[in-house]
Amino acid sequence: MARLERKHALPTRLFHWINAIVLPVMIYSGLLIYWAHDVYRIQIGNWEVVRFFPAWIYSSLHVPFRLAEGMAWHFAFMWFFALNGIFYVAYTIVSGEWRQLVPNRDTPREAWQVVLHDLGIRKEPLPAGKFNAAQRMAYTGVIVMGAGSLLSGLAIYKPVQLSWLTALMGGYSLARLWHFLLTLGYLGFFVIHIAQVVRAGWNNFRSMVIGVEYTQGEEATHG
Amino acid sequence: MAEPDPLDRTDSSSPPPTVAPQMLSATPSPSGPLSVEPKGRSAGEADDQVRAQLKRMSRRGFAMAGGAAVALGCMGWWIASRPLAEGIPWPLRRLLEMNERLARAVFRPTAQAPIFARDRAVEPRPNGNLGMLADDGLYRAPDPREWRLRIEGGEADRYRELTLDELRQMPRAEHTTELKCIEGWSAVVHWAGVRLVDVAAETGLASRSGMPFDAHRPSTSLYEYVGMATEDGEYYVGLDTPSALHDQTLLCYEMNGEPLTPEHGAPLRLVIPVKYGIKNIKQLASIRFTDTRPADYWAERGYDWFAGH
Repeated sequence: MARLERKHALPTRLFHWINAIVLPVMIYSGLLIYWAHDVYRIQIGNWEVVRFFPAWIYSSLHVPFRLAEGMAWHFAFMWFFALNGIFYVAYTIVSGEWRQLVPNRDTPREAWQVVLHDLGIRKEPLPAGKFNAAQRMAYTGVIVMGAGSLLSGLAIYKPVQLSWLTALMGGYSLARLWHFLLTLGYLGFFVIHIAQVVRAGWNNFRSMVIGVEYTQGEEATHG
Repeated sequence: MAEPDPLDRTDSSSPPPTVAPQMLSATPSPSGPLSVEPKGRSAGEADDQVRAQLKRMSRRGFAMAGGAAVALGCMGWWIASRPLAEGIPWPLRRLLEMNERLARAVFRPTAQAPIFARDRAVEPRPNGNLGMLADDGLYRAPDPREWRLRIEGGEADRYRELTLDELRQMPRAEHTTELKCIEGWSAVVHWAGVRLVDVAAETGLASRSGMPFDAHRPSTSLYEYVGMATEDGEYYVGLDTPSALHDQTLLCYEMNGEPLTPEHGAPLRLVIPVKYGIKNIKQLASIRFTDTRPADYWAERGYDWFAGH
């Protein structure tokens, strides 16, 4: 028998899609800023494995010589990023949704089973639940990362007024590195997130827009 | 976003709602059942009803999402295409000014920049020589006996000129602080010179009343802003008075224990650790206390005027 199951509450969807717009603005304006002092590399001895970033990335994204513009957008949209994140966390606490998102004692073991399952190694279905253990870790982790971006950003933005925070980050240049690494983290999250959404299919994606999932029969699908 | 719940089909004749177990705590809804139940019709008809419902919700949901995306896209385009206010679209300039007002309201202007161990000091990059070159393309090298720092209080005819010797005879102050360039790099440097607040106290030019300035009892007649420029006026910065008279703000003549070199702004430069490097003007030749917000070279080119840490 067909039915519609409520999946994502309206506030969750709003916060999610606002962030989906604000975060790219923050990352792109951040790249405009980073370009002005682009020192990070992954290097083994004298061999430069990865350079952040090669010239072709800058030129194809029209990055060079836009530091002032980048700072203006970054320091405008930081408000939307911060407030959206704070309201979302407050919402999960007030609504009780945090219970389904925050990892518990079983999560690390179960998350491993999810990985095996998604790689096709584990054949049995996963235990039912709105979010599986890997999702719990990912969705809580990315919120912790957001808090990290906010704090390391403040440590760079006001290193005198918030000098205690800058010191906590290991100093000004380290705060800048954490801020950068967290941004790479979002890009990594984004790649896996999109891949999983594609894999989970249209019904799951649609539920993030309209809130409900269509199910046939007794077994609910989870994405 | 109050709207009738599309899933709310409460009907006293219906059997108890089937609620998926994971939904119980997920989205506690006051509106009751989560599924559309058949009302005495065949299962096939009920399924059709559910699918029609899904179609309606999808149409509305995606229309709203699409509308919101278009609206936000338009908003972004609108911001980006506004006339420029000093190098950036004016809505962004207004936001930077809002950030400044907030920072000045919330933070203490006397907060101290962290002090570092002297042995961590290095030579910073000399980044830029705007306003520092003479006609021959070399660093301007004024005769120390001829050189004067001109300080104006409010009006052009209320001023004082100080020689390097006079500045050196004033109380010497030094500190090892981190110079932070707006580009993103930073360097710990040891600076020595005279505190601007002491010069203000000595000359009495920071306030309208002309009373000698007392750092511990800041007068309400203080001018709001300070403008500074190189000799040729090619490079200039604007500062808020509380930052300029911060007790770590130096008129600096020594860097890392040596007299300033030409590329670092000899004979005199500003060191203001509560601001980005762009405000630390080199080859400082004139200081003007004023109530009009002074022009600032980089602020005119899209940067934040306040540029405060």
